[in-house]
Amino acid sequence: MANFNIHKVRSDFPVLSQKVYNKPLVYLDNGATSQKPIQVIETVNKYHSELNSSIHRGVHFLSDQVTNAYEKARETVKTFINAEKSSEIIFTSGTTMSINLLAFSFGEKYVRQDDEIIISEMEHHANIVPWQMLCERRNAKLKVIPFDDLGLLQIDALPGMINNKTKLIAVTHISNTLGTVNPIKEIIRIAHASGIPVLIDAAQSVQHTAIDVQDLGCDFLVFSGHKVYGPTGTGVFYGKEKYLEALPPYQGGGDMVDVVTFEKTTYNVIPFKFEAGTTNYIGAIGLAAALDYISSLGIESVSAYESELLHYAMQQLDTLGEITIYGRTPEKASILCFLINGVHMADAGMIFDKMGVAVRIGSHCAQPVWQHYGIDGTLRVSLSLYNTKEEIDYLCKAVQQVKSMFA
Amino acid sequence: MADTIQEVQQEIIDEFVVFDDWMDRYNYLIELSNNLPEIDPKLKNNDYLIRGCQSKVWLNAEYRDGKIIYTADSDAIITKGIIALLIRVLSNRTPKEIMDTNLEFIDKIGLRENLSPTRANGLLSMIKQMKLYAIAYDAKEKKN
Repeated sequence: MANFNIHKVRSDFPVLSQKVYNKPLVYLDNGATSQKPIQVIETVNKYHSELNSSIHRGVHFLSDQVTNAYEKARETVKTFINAEKSSEIIFTSGTTMSINLLAFSFGEKYVRQDDEIIISEMEHHANIVPWQMLCERRNAKLKVIPFDDLGLLQIDALPGMINNKTKLIAVTHISNTLGTVNPIKEIIRIAHASGIPVLIDAAQSVQHTAIDVQDLGCDFLVFSGHKVYGPTGTGVFYGKEKYLEALPPYQGGGDMVDVVTFEKTTYNVIPFKFEAGTTNYIGAIGLAAALDYISSLGIESVSAYESELLHYAMQQLDTLGEITIYGRTPEKASILCFLINGVHMADAGMIFDKMGVAVRIGSHCAQPVWQHYGIDGTLRVSLSLYNTKEEIDYLCKAVQQVKSMFA
Repeated sequence: MADTIQEVQQEIIDEFVVFDDWMDRYNYLIELSNNLPEIDPKLKNNDYLIRGCQSKVWLNAEYRDGKIIYTADSDAIITKGIIALLIRVLSNRTPKEIMDTNLEFIDKIGLRENLSPTRANGLLSMIKQMKLYAIAYDAKEKKN
């Protein structure tokens, strides 16, 4: 069982205690977004009600307070992913913006006609479309590392895909559908052997497993705040200093400038060069509170607990039978896509909903994954640190209810 | 069909009033899905497909003797049950009747959220498409 007090943890999340359709809410849609602990809610509340002021601008008490908290939040993120410097941490609105930032700025600087970008077949749309857009702008080529039917990325294919036109490899750490934990250290090693930088999409991993960007050696890493118990509309873009110094800014506006004249503008130093306009500074402070919350439980304990939940869920669903699970790699995070044989996912989802069970149905913003299997999508259960075995038992009850009605 | 659209809507509302449990309501929709007249299998192609993220709906409309006859199908059973209700209300009516209809029964039997854009199950688009057929046939009629 959990190394932390699960009852205490659950009581930290006000959303979880409610009933939907008069049934206790069983929230199993954490891959889409996580719920927020009271520590995050209170932090955001406090800054909105007591300490709000625009950052980096004022010469007054409130502005100083908030600016300090914002920069402390940057420090918290730096420590959480073990970046070398806090200036390597850029606050964004989320994973999608972070990847778009990189696709634009990196593309401007380094990508020309006939160059190549490598992604994987298991990316969500946010790590596909910005690269496709870049390739269209530059007349460059997108290459895709395939995965096998178990959900294992075919790393053996990677060296053969790399050539002197390859500019960047952008892969997900953990698949948002198959749950596969990719061997990113190996991918980075292969890429760096050819001098190619690597972006790690940590949108589904930073909440489940310890991340150390220095140990990994990745050049860029991105994640969203709202999936790690932080406020929505927050996110992180990490980049190695040498790249951040070299890349042109993504958006122009206030705060990212040094001197502005109508003839020429010079840019602020990193990280501010990439934070145009008034950022979501209270959100960033809230995100730091969320990371502090995870640290207070211990990311290793969280990881072990979620892994235990996942294996229990897979075992229980397999025991029920007539269930097809997509993604059965040995290294799998607590994301579980499945279909009840012979039952449409939409029908199952509607019954689940009325029983109080929140899951996601559809393609989960990763249509190519389902094209691989020749289906439209699945049900997705994504487990989090506040879920319990009792909730999984209730999920199984819901599956049986669906079977009794449709199968 | 002697009953007005309004009467049929009321009939459906009355049928659903007896259910106080969601599973009973859904079981009834499953039952209704079995009674939906089959769409010509040849029409279950992309030309007739109304794509939702979560389920697919195929819809066809034919104009006969001043009335529109709809046939439809879905790959999801509950969606199909709701389609059966929509067809019961709207099919075999004049374009004007269809255009003027406010589909209030959906709300009253508690299925509103199934028609929200976020559900993306094709039903909302299906209703729009049914109304568009009515507008098109109405315009064609006036032109003649």
